[in-house]
Amino acid sequence: MIFSRTLLKRHTVLPGFDLALGFTVLYLSFIVLIPLSAAFLKTATMTWPAFWDTVSSPRVVASYKLTFGASLAGALLNAFFGLIVAWVLVRYEFPLKRIVDALVDLPFALPTAVAGIALTALYAENGWIGQWLPFKVSFTPLGVFVALTFIGLPFVVRTLQPVLEDLSRELEEAAATLGASRWQTFRHVIFPILSPALLTGFALAFARALGEYGSVIFIAGNMPMVSEITPLLIITKLEQYDYAGATAIAVVMLVTAFTLLLAINGLQAWTRARQGR
Amino acid sequence: MPGRIPMAGRRAVLGLLLALPLAAAQAADISLLNVSYDVSREFYKDYNAAFAAHWQKTSGEVLTLKQSHGGSSKQARSVAEGLEADVITMNQANDIDILHDRGGLIPADWAKRLPNNSAPTTSVSVILVRKGNPLKILDWTDLGRSGVSVIIPNPKTSGNGRYTYLAAWGAALKNGVSPAAAQALAERIFRNVPVLDGGGRGATTTFAQRKIGDALVTFESEVPLIQREFGDDFDVIYPRWTVLAENPVSVVDKVVDKRGTRKQAEAYLRHLWSPEGQTIAAKHALRPRDPKVLAAYAKAFPKVGTFTIDEVFGGWKKAQKDHFDDGGLYDQVILRAKQK
Repeated sequence: MIFSRTLLKRHTVLPGFDLALGFTVLYLSFIVLIPLSAAFLKTATMTWPAFWDTVSSPRVVASYKLTFGASLAGALLNAFFGLIVAWVLVRYEFPLKRIVDALVDLPFALPTAVAGIALTALYAENGWIGQWLPFKVSFTPLGVFVALTFIGLPFVVRTLQPVLEDLSRELEEAAATLGASRWQTFRHVIFPILSPALLTGFALAFARALGEYGSVIFIAGNMPMVSEITPLLIITKLEQYDYAGATAIAVVMLVTAFTLLLAINGLQAWTRARQGR
Repeated sequence: MPGRIPMAGRRAVLGLLLALPLAAAQAADISLLNVSYDVSREFYKDYNAAFAAHWQKTSGEVLTLKQSHGGSSKQARSVAEGLEADVITMNQANDIDILHDRGGLIPADWAKRLPNNSAPTTSVSVILVRKGNPLKILDWTDLGRSGVSVIIPNPKTSGNGRYTYLAAWGAALKNGVSPAAAQALAERIFRNVPVLDGGGRGATTTFAQRKIGDALVTFESEVPLIQREFGDDFDVIYPRWTVLAENPVSVVDKVVDKRGTRKQAEAYLRHLWSPEGQTIAAKHALRPRDPKVLAAYAKAFPKVGTFTIDEVFGGWKKAQKDHFDDGGLYDQVILRAKQK
C-alpha cells in the first residue's frame, strides 16, 4: 500500500481520516492490543531461564510440532479442496445449491465443542465413518488434523468466492482460442489471479487452526508427547494456577503465528506485485 | 483484490463481556450465587429449591438462588478473578484454597469454620466395568494388568482424574507396598489409558457411548447418572481401598460482606448439614455425613475402606505440589508410561 499525502487528504464518504484512524486505533487497542499485551506483561514476570525452560520443555515442543504441523496440513488440504468447492459453487447451477452454499459456513457458527464431539463420534472405532477405516482417527494426531481441517474450510471458500465471481469467462475463452490447453489456461490465466485470495484463505485457515481448542480437545486423545496440542498445555498450566507459564507458551504461539502470517502476507504482496495488479 | 471477509467467530467474547456485569447488577433483591463444579448441578438444583422454601419459612425472606457450574479449577479461577460468588462449593480443597492464595477473598483456615473439614458430603472413586465383569477386575492392581484398557480423565485438567490417580496410589500404600511400588502401579495403569479426556463427563462418554476401554474410574455419585443415561450395561466395582473425595464448601467473605449477604450465605451452607440437606445429597448419590441419613440409605453406599487426601498425601496443597505440578510425580508417571 502506498502511503502518500494525497491518500490522506482524499475526500471520502465516511468522516475524516483523523477520526476514523483514531477510532480504529482505540478499537483495536481495547479488543486486540491490550488483551494481548497483558499476555506479554504476565510473561515478563518470569526470568529468562524460567521462560526458556517452560517454552522449550520436550512436552511443549512436541505439542508445537503437532499443533503447527496439523494446522499447516489442514490449511493446505483446505486450500486444495476449498478451491474446488468455491469453483463449483460459483460456476455451476445445481439443485439445493443455496443450501450447500450455506453449509460451508457451518464450521463458523457451530460451537466448536459440539463439532469436536460430533467428529469424535463419527471417527471413533465404532463410529459411522471410523468403523470402515483400517486405521484409527479419533484419539490420534490424525484426529487433530481432521478437526483442524473442519474448522478451516469456510475461510478458503469464502475468500475465493468473490474473486471467482469477478473472474470473467472471456479470459478463459480467449486463452482457448489462442490454443491453450485446459491445464495451461488454469496454470497461466486462472491460478495467478486466484493465488492472492488463495493465500489469504490459507493464512486465515492456518491461523484459526493454531488457536483452536474446543473441537480438537475431544478428538485428540491428549496423550503426552503424542497428541497433546499446545492450547491444552496452556490450559493445563492455568489449571495449576501457573499464569506466567501459561502466558509464556501463549506468547511463543502468538509470536510464531504472527511471524508466519506476516511472511504469508509478504508472499501475497509479492505475487500481486509480480502480476502488476 | 480479494476482500477480507467479515468473520463470525468472535461473538463469544462479546457475549462474555456483556454477561458478566449483568450478574452483579441484580444485587438489589436478595440473591445468592453458588459457584460450583460441573457435576453438582442436579444436586444443587434440588437443594436450592428446598433451602429457598426453608429460608422463607424461618425468616420470611424470599431468596433468589443462582448457580454456576463448570470445570472446577476454571470456576475457582473466575471467583478469584472477580466473579461475585457468595458461596463456593467444590470437590477438592485446593480449588477453594486458591481464593485465599490468589484473591485474598477468604481466610486461610476456611475449612475449620464448618464441621467435617467444611465438607458436608463425600464420594468415593469406584471402578465401572462392562456387565458381568468379563476381565475380572476387582481392584486397582487389575487396572495395571496388560491387556486391560482403562478410561481416566486427564489429572492435569480434571479433579476427577486427580482423585483417580491418588486413589490408586493411596490404595497401594494402604495395602502396604512401598512408595516406589505404588508409583510403578500408577505407571502400569496409565500405560493402559488410551484416551485422556478433559473432564469426568467426557471420560464417561468415551467409555459408555464410544465403548472404548474395559474400565472407567469415576465417582460413586456419577454412577446413577451414567446408568440413567446409558442403561444398565455396567457393574460397579468397589476396590478394597479407595479415596474419600470430600466436597468442601465456603462462604466467600469479601463478597458477602460487600453485598450484605453473609447471614443468608452462612445459613445456606449450614443447612447442607441438616437432615433435609443430607437426605437430598443421599438421593443424589453423595455420601451424607449424618449417620442417621447414611443408615437410611445404607444400600446405596456399600462399606469400603477409605482414606483422605489429608491422611495419605498431607493435604491437597502438598499433593498438588508433589504430584500434579509440572515435573511432578504424575508427569514422571505418564511420560514413562507412554515410553514403554
